[in-house]
Amino acid sequence: MKALREAALSALVALGLFAPIVGLRTVPGERGLMLAPQPGLVAVLVGLVFVGRLGVHAYDRLRPPPGRAIVGPRLAAATARLGAWLAPALIALALIWPALVGRYYVDLAILVLTYVMLGWGLNIVVGLAGLLDLGYVAFYAVGAYAYALIAEFTGLGFWTCLPMAGLLAALWGVTLGFPVLRLRGDYLAIVTLAFGEIIRVVLLNWVSLTGGPNGISGIPRPTLFGLRFGSDGPGSFAGFFHLTSSPMQRIVFLYYVILGLAFFTNLVSLRLRRLPLGRAWEALREDEIACRSLGINITRTKLTAFAVGALFGGFAGAFFATRQGFVSPESFTFMESATVLAIVVLGGLGSQLGVALAAIVMIGGAELFREFADYRMLVFGLALVVMMVLRPRGLVSTRTPSVALGAPRVIGAEMVAQGRG
Amino acid sequence: MAYALQQLINGVTLGMIYGLIAVGYTMVYGIIGMINFAHGDVFMIGAFVSLVSLLGLAALGISAVPLALGLTLLGAVAISALYGWAIERLAYRPLRGSFRLAPLISAIGMSIALENYVQVVQGARVKPLAPVVPGGLTLMTEGSFAVQLGWMQVVIVVVTLAVLALFTWLVTKTPLGRAMRACEQDLKMAALLGIDTDRTISLTFVIGAALAAVAGLLFLLYYGSIDFYVGFIAGVKAFTAAVLGGVGSLPGAVLGGLLIGLIETIWSAYFSVQYKDVAAFSILAVALIFMPTGLLGRADVEKV
Repeated sequence: MKALREAALSALVALGLFAPIVGLRTVPGERGLMLAPQPGLVAVLVGLVFVGRLGVHAYDRLRPPPGRAIVGPRLAAATARLGAWLAPALIALALIWPALVGRYYVDLAILVLTYVMLGWGLNIVVGLAGLLDLGYVAFYAVGAYAYALIAEFTGLGFWTCLPMAGLLAALWGVTLGFPVLRLRGDYLAIVTLAFGEIIRVVLLNWVSLTGGPNGISGIPRPTLFGLRFGSDGPGSFAGFFHLTSSPMQRIVFLYYVILGLAFFTNLVSLRLRRLPLGRAWEALREDEIACRSLGINITRTKLTAFAVGALFGGFAGAFFATRQGFVSPESFTFMESATVLAIVVLGGLGSQLGVALAAIVMIGGAELFREFADYRMLVFGLALVVMMVLRPRGLVSTRTPSVALGAPRVIGAEMVAQGRG
Repeated sequence: MAYALQQLINGVTLGMIYGLIAVGYTMVYGIIGMINFAHGDVFMIGAFVSLVSLLGLAALGISAVPLALGLTLLGAVAISALYGWAIERLAYRPLRGSFRLAPLISAIGMSIALENYVQVVQGARVKPLAPVVPGGLTLMTEGSFAVQLGWMQVVIVVVTLAVLALFTWLVTKTPLGRAMRACEQDLKMAALLGIDTDRTISLTFVIGAALAAVAGLLFLLYYGSIDFYVGFIAGVKAFTAAVLGGVGSLPGAVLGGLLIGLIETIWSAYFSVQYKDVAAFSILAVALIFMPTGLLGRADVEKV
């Protein structure tokens, strides 16, 4: 009875929320805007809220009392074993992927891997060091424009420019990092967001250098030890190996380039986690004051996190530029930062496998359901909220601490609130 | 001289709108220490409800401007307040006691969801609205340049001041205001002394959303066009205003709003329009770095 009353109340609130915004759509008419009523849609939404509230009520009654983990120890061990299997299986699948599927899916995999790489890069800043960076796309943009401009003005190839683009992005990471060192979590987020927007507005308006909204086109494609793709004759990949040239060769090559870059990112962050520096990052994430009182150099810890994260963002940006052959400020909006952040958060803030899975689900899923493209960011946004409410540490939410006194324990998401995660 | 005076008028008008939004940021930050990232989007919802309401009233044949504006104001405030309440209930309240970044991430998700929700249901196009309060006063002329004070600008300043007066009375003189100030000082202690903190926090969001709705209506009337993205930029600028004035300080938020409005207008008038957002964002960074407590804020000591 109480459940019904609450559901009815929720439905009433939903009616108030949806009636003016959903129920009355503004459409261009003959004289200015006109209103087009959509009562059916409102009724459906209100009905969904009513049923949903009843569902939540039923779920609340079934849920175990607080303090007990939802996932029992046996199930947790099983998922851990599955995880141990999943990662090698995914890597093997990634290695042979182009042999299995057609061009469209290789292209899609390139896109997904770009986001996996961005996610792993941002994971260093957000997941390991706990610095919420909402302007990560700025480093992606710096990498892309750095490659485009260096290639345009010096004629250097992709492989020479790649480290330069990464280093430039890292330099920007430090430049941004310096002033924001003293800021607390939420302020930091806003300043990085502002920084991302500043970079985009500058790219948009500095027409003489960046071409403004038209962007830069004709960016050189990558080569394999000097062998070109997409043409025949000497000096080309097809000519050297006596093959007939096909556009597929270039796409497969790009696929392996981004796969290699992504693996490199993963390897570096996994190794860094074991260094004193990586441990300082994780300590910083858990408690800055405790960190400082233990004599950890906060400045160096924060700056390196920014620099390393930005470095990989820059690499990904350079790859993006060479894949598209074209860059414009349009590709570097706040929504892009938000997407990468959503991947990291859904992946479990610190889990490498989780980030990869989240990128596959979110980017791959969004591409496969193209007709719902408008709803993509809506779903991403709601997913962030639902994730924080239900599983604050992400989909893959059990983590073994890198350093532990005695035997390492697996800590469930339930204990995170107590600061033990 | 005349040109500068005109910019001053425009800047103050814009600053009033920013100030109204900034109050919402600063109140929520003061009470639960989180940046309500979705606040700018509540402002945008308020503007959309106002648009729908003005169009609907016109379609119903209510053409008396004061009546239409009054009804729209009430409608926008009521619906936005409901949004504010629902957002707090769904996205923030379950997270109390969770880890540090959780509420902020949830707020970012809410902001993205609200923007795209409005984009999906109302369309991505810019929504124009014919001027509701046209005309104005010519204050002075200098050569061919005439300094205009639009009636619309007068309405904005008067409505803002009236709303702020009401709000100040609410915070300083009523039991609810006292509860809010107590929660701001010490949430746990307030709870121990018998204040329903959940209710107080809810009402804080409701009041903040109501102020944002007023700002949304005024923004719509002033610029005559809105889209689903206005909340993002206006939100960041209003947040800048809150930081500049000192987060947690209510007069500071209004002062900061006025400053941001003036700086933005003057920057656009004398330097470049393209970079006006860069100016606002740079001020945010500079203010946070060199003056983290703002103009009227008090230093925040983090204790273990």
